[in-house]
Amino acid sequence: MAHKILIVDDEPNIVISLEFLMKKEGFEVAVANDGEEALAKVASFFPDLMLLDVMMPKKSGFEVCEALRADPANANLQIVMLTAKGRDTEVAKGLAIGADAYMTKPFSTKELVAKIKSMLGVA
Amino acid sequence: MLSGWFILLLSTAYLAVLFAVARFGDARADAGKSIISANVYALSLAVYCTSWTFYGSVGRASSGGLSFLTIYIGPTLMLMMTGIILKMIRISKVHRITSIADFIASRYGKSQLLAGLVTVIAVVGVIPYIALQLKAIAASLDVLLLEGEADFLPWWLDSTFLIAALLAVFTILFGTRHLDATERHEGMVAAVAFESVIKLLAFLAVGLFVTYGMFGGLADVFQRAAASPELERLLHLDASRAGTWTAMILLSGLAIIFLPRQFQIIVVENVDESHLKRAVWLFPLYLLLINIFVLPLALGGLLHFHGQAFNADTFVLTLPLARGAEALALLVFIGGLSAATGMVIVETIALSTMVCNDLVMPWLLRSSGLGASKDVSRLLISIRRAAIAVILLLGYIYFRAAGEAYALVGIGLISFAAVAQFAPAMFGGMYWKQGTRAGAVAGLSGGFVVWIYTLLLPSFAKSGWIGNGFVEDGLFGVSALKAQALLGLSGLDEISHCLWWSLLTNLGLYILVSLNSRPDAVEAGQAERFVDVFRHSAQETDHRTWRGRASIDELVSLLERFLGVARARQQLMLYARGRGAVSWQKLPADADFVHFAEAQLTGAIGSASARVMVSSVAQEEEIGLEEVLDILDEATQVRAYSRELEAKSNELEQATAELRAVNERLRELDKMKDDFISTVTHELRTPLTSIRALSEMLHEDPKLELTDRRRFLGIIVGETERLTRLINQILDMAKLESGRAEWTSTEVDLGDVVRESMAALGQLFRDKNVALTAALPDRCPPVLADRDRLTQVMINLLSNAVKFVPGGSGKVHVSIHANAQRLQVEVADNGPGLTGEECSVIFEKFRQGGNTMTDKPQGTGLGLPISRQIVEYFGGNLWVESVPGEGANFIFTVPLTAPEEPQGDKKHGS
Repeated sequence: MAHKILIVDDEPNIVISLEFLMKKEGFEVAVANDGEEALAKVASFFPDLMLLDVMMPKKSGFEVCEALRADPANANLQIVMLTAKGRDTEVAKGLAIGADAYMTKPFSTKELVAKIKSMLGVA
Repeated sequence: MLSGWFILLLSTAYLAVLFAVARFGDARADAGKSIISANVYALSLAVYCTSWTFYGSVGRASSGGLSFLTIYIGPTLMLMMTGIILKMIRISKVHRITSIADFIASRYGKSQLLAGLVTVIAVVGVIPYIALQLKAIAASLDVLLLEGEADFLPWWLDSTFLIAALLAVFTILFGTRHLDATERHEGMVAAVAFESVIKLLAFLAVGLFVTYGMFGGLADVFQRAAASPELERLLHLDASRAGTWTAMILLSGLAIIFLPRQFQIIVVENVDESHLKRAVWLFPLYLLLINIFVLPLALGGLLHFHGQAFNADTFVLTLPLARGAEALALLVFIGGLSAATGMVIVETIALSTMVCNDLVMPWLLRSSGLGASKDVSRLLISIRRAAIAVILLLGYIYFRAAGEAYALVGIGLISFAAVAQFAPAMFGGMYWKQGTRAGAVAGLSGGFVVWIYTLLLPSFAKSGWIGNGFVEDGLFGVSALKAQALLGLSGLDEISHCLWWSLLTNLGLYILVSLNSRPDAVEAGQAERFVDVFRHSAQETDHRTWRGRASIDELVSLLERFLGVARARQQLMLYARGRGAVSWQKLPADADFVHFAEAQLTGAIGSASARVMVSSVAQEEEIGLEEVLDILDEATQVRAYSRELEAKSNELEQATAELRAVNERLRELDKMKDDFISTVTHELRTPLTSIRALSEMLHEDPKLELTDRRRFLGIIVGETERLTRLINQILDMAKLESGRAEWTSTEVDLGDVVRESMAALGQLFRDKNVALTAALPDRCPPVLADRDRLTQVMINLLSNAVKFVPGGSGKVHVSIHANAQRLQVEVADNGPGLTGEECSVIFEKFRQGGNTMTDKPQGTGLGLPISRQIVEYFGGNLWVESVPGEGANFIFTVPLTAPEEPQGDKKHGS
């Protein structure tokens, strides 16, 4: 059964490219455009992995990550944070509040796919 | 009637009670539990009310009506000048002043000449006053003994002499018990306060008796008096005597502090400066109480004894006696005795101190009459006791000689006028550093001579001792020298006349001579310390103005000689302990020790004599005037310096605070720059992310479907444009902010700019189906601006508007309004509007309105900040007016008379 991936970003073009990329790799994909929607989608879609943008309206990626980690039901959910702010402090903060990996925008599609596959244990 | 022996016994008994009070006061003082409270101090000031008040006020009111009040208004006014009196007290404490002669002498360089002069004036001036007290007692005795018993004493001994002798013994007994460093007599003060209470009670008693016992109350007395044309005049203020009133008030105001006994009580006997605060109102209250019944008594006496021979001075006795109230008469007698004894005791003690310290001591020192006697402290006490006896004897002689020539009031005023001569030297000394010894001597002598000529000698002439030719015709027959109409100044009463001429002479000479003489070092130093007493603390500078060599043994033997061995040792012990030494033998004979010795001696023999004695055993080096002033000045400078330091440290603190604020601001700016870069980075990376991801996918998958391929390439092109726009705007913003932007200023018709911008964006509005309307004048007054920049602003506002209004129902309306100063362009939409906070936030860089109709606001977040920069460059404003839910109205203005044309921009122009 295909792994489920939830893409969370407020930038439509990035969503388009990520959605296309993930679907091409054979994942089941859902999209959320802001933090609140992301939390709702987690509850209904049960993704295995989440690509989470940091700078978003309504709820930032950090807040979403914190909220998810506070609920033990989501212990198996893997979170990859995506940020356009490449500062070290942000990377550190993201990992500290429970993100599993961190990618800086713009990212290499190959690397991203490789990282996701290794995290999900897909050869 | 009353037995003479009984009265004598009663008087003696009363004096014994006084003595007991005094002993009690002294004992308490020795035990360190002073009974001198603020109330006792205030009451003791009432020593001012002598038998002259007690008997004489009624006498004066009987002839002069209300004018007797002046003698009490003056002191009340003087006491209100607390500052002056406080300064006098402080100076006296600091310099261990023991009398008014000492005060003046000390101020003018510890001058023996001046001390002697003041003493002579005081003695000559005050002896008639003492005689007056004796006369009052004699007169009261006469009244009581009216019937036959007057000769109960042997012919060579009259009752007044007996009273005088009793007073002398009493005064000697507790006025000269020992030589005190501060010359304070707490027992005496207690006794005087006690007497003040007695005389007030006695006077109130007789007042009540006459007013309510003999008459039907105050109203009755005044009504009956008003009915008599003779008495009616006493109830009115006599306008023609206004000059006399002024003179009397001035005279009595000066007397309350300069009479030797008043100076003694107010200044020397003061134990706590705060007591003065109580005295300021309690003493005037006392004066008011003791004066309430003066006029009723006077009127009552005049009414009662109408048509008979009477002496108005003794109404207070004759009125009760007329009704047979002997007990009351005795109480009144005791009251009068109180008034007289209080005055005599304090006055003679004060005078004896002055006579001893300032007349006898200098003479003894000069004639080496002291010999080599080991202990002269006994001698000093003997001198004082003798002085007391002699002063009282002189008073008695004056009383006998002057006899009946003068009413009581007249004698008292002569004394007042004498001590008023101290005023220029005293006040000048306290407030005018330029006042010199020569000036003080000249002023005092001049005033004293004028006083003798215009007041004392005429009073002698009235008594028939000397011819009265100089009064009637002028000295040597020169009419300008008439004693009581000098230089033709007539029309004044004798007291006002004397006061005017003597004070004019005194003050004139004091000022003129002072200005034309130079003080020596000692005097200049004292002037500084007196005038600035509140700045120079007691010990701070005094010892530094003394330099020389001294031997401890010599100074100690000096102290032992004048204070007595026991007392000197005691003071030395205290002093040594104060300096932290085990015994005084171990102390160095330094300036401080010399100063201590001199201060101790000053308390015993006065400042002038003390200085002479100390310099006889200590080889003082001459210190120049300049140096003394420098030393005294140094203290001032040190204070000024410390104030400066304080100011400096305040400044530093302020500077630190400013630096901290600037630092904070820099930190803030740094953070803003950091945030800005971080934001720019974010804005750049976001389109790059899409571009990279999509192009990688296109690159790796050549078999991608055509529709996807086209879609991706479209996005890539769009994101590239977005990047370009962003970079352009960032650069634009940077240029605007740094002032390096290029401007082409020409005359622009704003209407054309708006129309062109609307045309350029017309398609955008049509695509989204948004109505764009405008209300524009055909011709706008031209403004001086850059056409392209204004277009940029307009396009920014229009594209913002279309972005935020809903498609289909959206409406945007543009209008231009003109007034005399500026054009105003408004772009109104019916979008979601902005909150108050958003209204200001949206003009910050990269801050976009969050509540957008699209999912993600398009644009860079730099449009509005750039537009605002542009509008402000042309001297206008850009702002937004909005209510959430009711659309937003963006407004900018451009002034018609453009501000100064930016220099050098023209050359870039078209």
